[in-house]
Amino acid sequence: MPDELVIDVRGMTKRFGRRTVVNDIALQVRKGEIYGFLGPNGSGKTTFIRMLCGLLKADAGSGTCLGSDVITGSETIKRQVGYMTQRFSFYEDLSIAENLDFVARMYGLKDRRNAVERSIEGLGLKDRRDQLAGELSGGWKQRMALAACLIHEPRLLLLDEPTAGVDPKARRDFWDQIHDLAARGLTFLITTHYMDEAERCHRLAYISNGNLLVHGTVAEVIDRARLTTWSVTGRDLNDLSRRLRETPGVEQAVAFGTMLHVSGADERALEQAIAPFRMDDYEWKQVRSSLEDVFIHLMQTSKASSAE
Amino acid sequence: MSARPTFSPARLRGMIVKEFIQMRRDRLTLAMTFGIPIMQLLLFGYVVNSDPRHLPAAVLMADNGPQGRTLLEGLKNSTYFDFVREVKTEAEGRSLLTRGQVQFVINIPPNFTHDLLRGDRPAVLVEADATDPLATSGGIASLPAIFDTALQEDFKGPLAYLAPARRSIDVRVHALYNPEALSQYNIVPGLMGVVLTMTMVMITALAITREIERGTMENLLAMPVRPSEVLLGKITPYVIVGYIQVGIILLAAHYLFKVPIHGNLALLLIGAFVFIAATLAMGITFSTMAKNQLQAMQMAMFVFLPSILLSGYLFPFRGMPQWAQVLGEILPITHFLRIARGVMLKGIGFQDIGRELWPIVLFAIVMLTIGIKRYRRTLD
Repeated sequence: MPDELVIDVRGMTKRFGRRTVVNDIALQVRKGEIYGFLGPNGSGKTTFIRMLCGLLKADAGSGTCLGSDVITGSETIKRQVGYMTQRFSFYEDLSIAENLDFVARMYGLKDRRNAVERSIEGLGLKDRRDQLAGELSGGWKQRMALAACLIHEPRLLLLDEPTAGVDPKARRDFWDQIHDLAARGLTFLITTHYMDEAERCHRLAYISNGNLLVHGTVAEVIDRARLTTWSVTGRDLNDLSRRLRETPGVEQAVAFGTMLHVSGADERALEQAIAPFRMDDYEWKQVRSSLEDVFIHLMQTSKASSAE
Repeated sequence: MSARPTFSPARLRGMIVKEFIQMRRDRLTLAMTFGIPIMQLLLFGYVVNSDPRHLPAAVLMADNGPQGRTLLEGLKNSTYFDFVREVKTEAEGRSLLTRGQVQFVINIPPNFTHDLLRGDRPAVLVEADATDPLATSGGIASLPAIFDTALQEDFKGPLAYLAPARRSIDVRVHALYNPEALSQYNIVPGLMGVVLTMTMVMITALAITREIERGTMENLLAMPVRPSEVLLGKITPYVIVGYIQVGIILLAAHYLFKVPIHGNLALLLIGAFVFIAATLAMGITFSTMAKNQLQAMQMAMFVFLPSILLSGYLFPFRGMPQWAQVLGEILPITHFLRIARGVMLKGIGFQDIGRELWPIVLFAIVMLTIGIKRYRRTLD
């Protein structure tokens, strides 16, 4: 079954008091897929993930996760899910090996010692096995957390901003590993703020203020946003970007090195807006909108609509 | 919740192993758990004074003359004594003393009236449970005066010529269990209860809140572990810590304060086990109710005061007003103090500690049940 759905939920809703943190979200994730979950801070990503693994009770919603009912089957789901929290949540006063051993015991692994050794070796943590987790750097902590999440051989991994505060090399290694695991049939739901990471996901969803605004592959997400973007190079781009931002029809003007990306939802309005600036000093070119352009656009429009 | 995992001893062991490692690495807490008993032992060398009344007493009345009755009335009127019953034999009286049901047994000898009237200075034997010298000293000191006043009433008017001289009765006090009225004898066994309450409640009160504050709770909840496994896993290592404290205090009792241990040490250790379990259960339950470590500490402080004041540790239990005694009976430490003092000073047996044991067991069960119910399975 190549199209087996690992997560298939709809209507997922969570309220804290009067505030709706997750509002009627439907999500389908296929087996072996790396699914990116994007959105600004406080948009409800973490809350949604916590509902999936039974850490929070959903106020509404239905569906299945790993074949079990997402509302009533949380104890069964827990055993097959690896959840990596946003903040390092293993014991800092335990060593790497002790932490892994504890996790292995909690999942009641039969061949515990071997599982721990394999996990330590597989992640290249052998030299550091007796080091206290609290003494590890961000990158090593993240490796340890991932190792701990994998030790009971889960079928689904929920990773909440797994690469925050990790250097680029470690980040790349991490993503290579994720792709390896996905190729072997493991499914991932990953939240991130990094655009390069978003682009490495098979599919994405963008969530803002608890609402799922758009989902699909990277290309689909960009197309659906119907955003027009021009790039411009020339002198004194700073001044230009300030003036462009004050012009109606221009939604954003963002510097990318020596280049400026100017975007707007209305193609014709944008063309009219930039017309006065199309002089010899500047070189204008229409480009395909980047994921980042789209997300900033989504963030601004959802902010504007929620402010109304 | 469907398919809730059943209780797993293996997971419980995992929790215990983890707690042990964490305990070992937390040097400050460890130092505190061993430092507190030693510090307290040295601090509580002195005793607060008090003059309790309405102490339960039994009377062995062998005299059938009027003056024997007068004496009894005089004792009642003094408000120091409440006569709970009349005993027939000395052994019966002694057994009431041992079980702590009375504080005094007053023996009025045969022919008391006869001897008194003849001016033979009859002897009245007062047996007192002097485990707690504070509780008995007031009553004992007032005895001769009480007798004198009572007899003066009998020989008024035409009978005045028969009135015996003052101090016409030989009051013989037999202070049992702690004849020299050494306050250490009373304080040191009591200290065991207080030290255990302080450290055990404090440490476990932090147990759950610490997981929440360090962010490790989220992970723990994401794993298939049952509340009972978490709570028992956190309690168990501290039973051993508690026993080490008991050991320190017993050694100090023996070598520093020369407190005798009359009873069976094994009985004391059984009592200590139940008591430690109860205090740990109380601590862990606080931990499930508190929002953070500070709140947990405040809740722990909240039990310390009644534990010290209402348990009979500092002030004689029977000197307290009725409502305070009722409150005191709820606290496990009150019962443990009776066990510790009883075993060490009186040498009481299993049947006697049994009566004090079940209220502690009941307390522990109620506390742990509340704790397991209050333990949050989600982050809501």
